[in-house]
Amino acid sequence: MLSRNSTRAAQSVLRAAAQPKVNAARSFATVQSDIFKPTKYGGKYTVTLIPGDGIGAEVAESVKTIFKADNVPIQWEQVDVSGLDDATPTGRTEDLFKESVSSLRRNKLGLKGILHTPIARSGHQSFNVAMRQELDIYASISLIKNIPGYETRHKNVDLCIIRENTEGEYSGLEHQSVPGVVESLKIITRAKSERIAKFAFSFALANNRKKVTVIHKANIMKLADGLFRSTVQQVGKEYPTIEVNDMIVDNASMQCVSKPQQFDVMVMPNLYGGILSNIGAALVGGPGIVPGCNMGRDVAVFEPGCRHVGLDIKGKDQANPTALILSGTMLLRHLGLDEHATRISQAIYGVIAEGKVRTPDMGGTSTTHEFTRAILDKMENSL
Amino acid sequence: MLATRLVAPTRSHVLRAAPRAFGVQLHSQRFYSDRVAKFHGQKNSDGKYTVSLIEGDGIGPEISQAVKDIFEAAKTPIAWEFCDVTPILKDGKTAIPDAAIESIQKNKVALKGPLATPVGKGHVSLNLTLRRTFNLFANLRPCRSVAGFKTPYDNVDTVLIRENTEGEYSGIEHVVVDGVVQSIKLITREASERVLRFAFQQAQEIGRKKVRVVHKATIMKMSDGLFLKTAQEVAKDYPNIEFDAELLDNTCLKMVTDPIPYNDKVLVMPNLYGDILSDMCAGLIGGLGLTPSGNIGDECSIFEAVHGSAPDIAGKGLANPTALLLSSMMMLRHMSLGEYADKIEKAAFDTLAEGKYLTGDLGGKAKTHEFAGAIIDKL
Repeated sequence: MLSRNSTRAAQSVLRAAAQPKVNAARSFATVQSDIFKPTKYGGKYTVTLIPGDGIGAEVAESVKTIFKADNVPIQWEQVDVSGLDDATPTGRTEDLFKESVSSLRRNKLGLKGILHTPIARSGHQSFNVAMRQELDIYASISLIKNIPGYETRHKNVDLCIIRENTEGEYSGLEHQSVPGVVESLKIITRAKSERIAKFAFSFALANNRKKVTVIHKANIMKLADGLFRSTVQQVGKEYPTIEVNDMIVDNASMQCVSKPQQFDVMVMPNLYGGILSNIGAALVGGPGIVPGCNMGRDVAVFEPGCRHVGLDIKGKDQANPTALILSGTMLLRHLGLDEHATRISQAIYGVIAEGKVRTPDMGGTSTTHEFTRAILDKMENSL
Repeated sequence: MLATRLVAPTRSHVLRAAPRAFGVQLHSQRFYSDRVAKFHGQKNSDGKYTVSLIEGDGIGPEISQAVKDIFEAAKTPIAWEFCDVTPILKDGKTAIPDAAIESIQKNKVALKGPLATPVGKGHVSLNLTLRRTFNLFANLRPCRSVAGFKTPYDNVDTVLIRENTEGEYSGIEHVVVDGVVQSIKLITREASERVLRFAFQQAQEIGRKKVRVVHKATIMKMSDGLFLKTAQEVAKDYPNIEFDAELLDNTCLKMVTDPIPYNDKVLVMPNLYGDILSDMCAGLIGGLGLTPSGNIGDECSIFEAVHGSAPDIAGKGLANPTALLLSSMMMLRHMSLGEYADKIEKAAFDTLAEGKYLTGDLGGKAKTHEFAGAIIDKL
């Protein structure tokens, strides 16, 4: 007991010591240190769970069931924040959002669905974006890969989209100069471009990827995207084993739908990431099967790689939980719980490959519950 | 008490007056209640319309020749006026020669092959210069599957309209401090309304019942919000056209998953999204070699092939003239010469479908003139 306490104290001291140092000298030389691990208490990790709006509750339920069945040492700290105006009593929305942010800050790890954002100008700012900015989770990763047995129009797609999450077009800085004339600012900084570039290259190195493609529109936005492109190319020189090339975003979209096999790791500013991750998701079978995560220096949030709320199929028991479950297995690997991750992902790939139980988006007729059940059965059989 | 009563009517008066004043202002900004971008060109004495022809660089002259031959065979009432747009520097800015500007202003319409922008600092792209010179505010990009060329997507038939003058490509950028750049996306009600009206008119003209705005107003609440709001207002003037809006992310996802539901719609969107999505649609049907494009302005319109000038195969007779030919069909329809367009288009699509005379980029072995010859035989 005593020893555990002292370890814990030591660790917290260590963390406390590390904290100011990180803040004081933000050189971006060691991004590898961003791959951190939170402390384990009582043999279990505490992870924030934000089911999100739309299909969130259903697919989160599925993840909880599966993780529990596999005895994954994770304790969920669930925060039911919602971006829908009528989902929570007035005034509670903001509170819940703050709660979710502090929970993530505390636990350093989260599994998250997507929160709805209203279009109305009077509506709140996107919680998804605010959360990323608040916690500085700057890198978004979407893994776009064909799932064996699930045939789509394109074969052998295996690409990874790394997207800057905290600036660019999503800066949120807009103003109306005179009525009928609006300016929206896109901000690109060298520091953040360098940070995402380093992340992309270390990711490529760690995952045995060969090539990093910078996506930009520097022929038109010569300064902003020009800075992004040149910064990434500069950083690329430090990684001689990885090939670097660049492509203009409109050409990249065209190549993506005609020859997606040519891409490996792609790194880009915020908005282009949104566009290409959706195109990418469509190549391999939709947002229901694309996992992803958002990484920062202190916090990692795992969420589906193609961010769709799915309000239209909410509560119909039709949602495909694959994206969130696979994001969950990424979380497990991040924690070093590879055995659990492998068992779960093999079960899910097995079920999809067999093709008997599939949700409607994959051309099947099964419900979310039936699909989850099939995964559980598969896991039991493999024991 | 007295004070409140005194103040109260004044305040309510102001409140009532305010929206009215705003309404008047709105009204005075409505420049485009008439038909946007109508063709005003006049016939020559010999009964032909003169069209400025910018042959372009690289493969430009070859594919232009193919189009000229086909037009002659189809007896279209078009006379060509050669036009050189080799850029010159005027007061330190990229400009096109006055002769070219005069020609296009006189003829109101031009057909343009691919141009290579001279590489080097300070040169604005020629396409951009042309767009600015003639205020070509809308880019019309239809994409239709070509029967002879197999891609993972069949029966695609999309129509995209892109705002061409502002948005993310306003060109307003500056370095705030070293390493921090601001780039301004500019959205104005005027330009938005103009392109939106064009979209609705285009839908009526080509017989589509639905117009859809693509936006990202969840994040860019003011700029894309303005575009969306303007669209909702303009839509009221076209009660027979169904109007809706879709988030950019959803459009990307759905179009790549299955483009067929977009076959009955006209999509309209701000500059950057239009740029990306129109090229993406071209990707669905097999690339820029098969897609036409029209840049529409109030006074003049320029129809062009949007592919590159392919200097590597220039002069070898290997180039595929389809994109330029299809662009010239759009031009004929713009000039209300639809019957010629239909005839030539049918011959071209039939030739492509047969697959006997395909150029190298489509997996065939035919030369540019053989492909053109096959179309002429069909005519």
